[in-house]
Amino acid sequence: MSNPTLTWNLVKDVHELLAYQFMVNALQAGGIVAVMAGVVGWFVVLRRQSFAAHTTAMMSFPGASGAALAGLPTALGYYLACGVAALAIGRSGGAQRRGRSGTLKGTSESAAVGVVQVAGLALGFLFLSLYKGVLEQLETLLFGTFLGIDSDQVLTLAIVAVLVLVALLAIGRPLLLSSLDPEAARARGLPVGLLDIGFLLLLGLTVAATSQITGALLVFALLVAPPAAAQALTPRPGLSLALSVVFAVLVMWLGLGISYFSIYPLGFFVTSFGFALYVAAKLASGATAALRHSRQAGKPMATLV
Amino acid sequence: MLAHEFIRNAYLAGTFVALACGLIGWFAVLRGQVFAGDALSHVAFVGAIAAAVVGVDERVGLFALTLGLAAVMAGLGRRAQANDVTIGVVFSWVLGIGVLLIAVLSNGSSAGDGLIVANTLFGSIFGLGAGQSLLAAVIGLAVVLAVAVSARPLLFASLDAELAALHGVPVRALGLVLLLLIGAVTAEGTQAIGALLVLGLIAAPAGAALRLTSQPYLGMALSAGIALVAMWGGIAISYAIPSLPPSTAIIGLAVGAYALASLASNIALWALPRQLRNRRTAEGGHSA
Repeated sequence: MSNPTLTWNLVKDVHELLAYQFMVNALQAGGIVAVMAGVVGWFVVLRRQSFAAHTTAMMSFPGASGAALAGLPTALGYYLACGVAALAIGRSGGAQRRGRSGTLKGTSESAAVGVVQVAGLALGFLFLSLYKGVLEQLETLLFGTFLGIDSDQVLTLAIVAVLVLVALLAIGRPLLLSSLDPEAARARGLPVGLLDIGFLLLLGLTVAATSQITGALLVFALLVAPPAAAQALTPRPGLSLALSVVFAVLVMWLGLGISYFSIYPLGFFVTSFGFALYVAAKLASGATAALRHSRQAGKPMATLV
Repeated sequence: MLAHEFIRNAYLAGTFVALACGLIGWFAVLRGQVFAGDALSHVAFVGAIAAAVVGVDERVGLFALTLGLAAVMAGLGRRAQANDVTIGVVFSWVLGIGVLLIAVLSNGSSAGDGLIVANTLFGSIFGLGAGQSLLAAVIGLAVVLAVAVSARPLLFASLDAELAALHGVPVRALGLVLLLLIGAVTAEGTQAIGALLVLGLIAAPAGAALRLTSQPYLGMALSAGIALVAMWGGIAISYAIPSLPPSTAIIGLAVGAYALASLASNIALWALPRQLRNRRTAEGGHSA
């Protein structure tokens, strides 16, 4: 690859991008994780489980160091660690969402999730010190990479994505109800606790897949920013879910495209686009709310975020 | 064991950082703000790298960034308590900037950028110099004193913000103060003993204390006490078993205390008569 430069001829630029197999793989993998993150993240934002999502993402460290110690593939260790963490958060009552006004429910959640996170990281340290080798992929683990994704990895990601999306489709309606109003869901006989744990497991799968591209620390750029922007723009569930997926794919592909032409890393572009999108959506929803407020002097409509 | 200077330094810094984390953590857990502390501890390294790019002492960058971000979080949220989505979005962007700065650094002359990251994310309590541990102890002590001074109004504002505001308690200012104190502890603790230890000592002892007692001052003392025991015990265990990293030993003890406390409070809950138990569960469950 000779030094790629961005020209004003966008068609030519895109053509140049797609000429390389590694870029095609990266765009495919990025697109797959973005769709998954857009859907799962929509529920994360709705259920206010960012902290749980972040904690699962940090499990890349014990996952990778444990896999190195046991001689397993890194990705496998990652999926396993994320799954265990999801179960631990669900078990310890971390799945309880924050009470509407009181701090009491948030109390047990916040501490439980934090404890699961540090327990995982402490184990990671132990594995690393027992392994005695150098964990070369440390920076990759934290900040991701889009270089060297082969077509096998793309296939694995696609299978994981299909699994997660089918499972979400199956439990979507009850999950939505139990996310919005757990009491009403319980009254209708829905297994709220089971749905909580099931969703956390799906979240674990998604995070494990997504962080292979974005890195553990930057998952939020895809998992939280696009859905939060979408939910700020419209209160209608179907529309904001669709918007969330579109935003996530857009952020990912724009980031990949620009970082190909730039010497600077993918993580910077993806997080910056995510952040800009979120700020723009917040400003837009604030402006429309103010407009509506001044027009009918009523209460501004509450958005979901 | 105490004949080694690095062990004495670890005990000096560890004692006061543990006390500060235990006290601050009690309020953070009570208010559901552990995620804010977590986010601050992860962004701290960006401050250190930014300082390296600009060419000033890394601690300047650490404190400037964590304190600044703590103020931003307080400013963005209702009652000076940012919600988790805002924290998540802002924190990932700051990390993204950190990634950019790493790239800038490694495109420049200096190598070893990954080392800075690894050290600031995972600093070691056994690697402290005498000056560093003294500074950590002083900052820890200052935070303990600040919490002690503001404990009463802070407690009032945390338990019932509306009522506290009616009584003239500056609820927003106190929220800002708490976040700034968390920021100060993470900035100091992160580079001295690692982000993991700071977060662990904020979340686990306080979580345990809040499950064991609903009395505020007893809970604060218990939380600080558990943090201190975990720190002292962890350093000693890790000294005795060299292959066990100090962070793992300290966190292991703290998490163990949390698990035991959860178990104890669950057993106590199930031992209650059925009617009372249902009421307790509805109230939040951990007050048993």
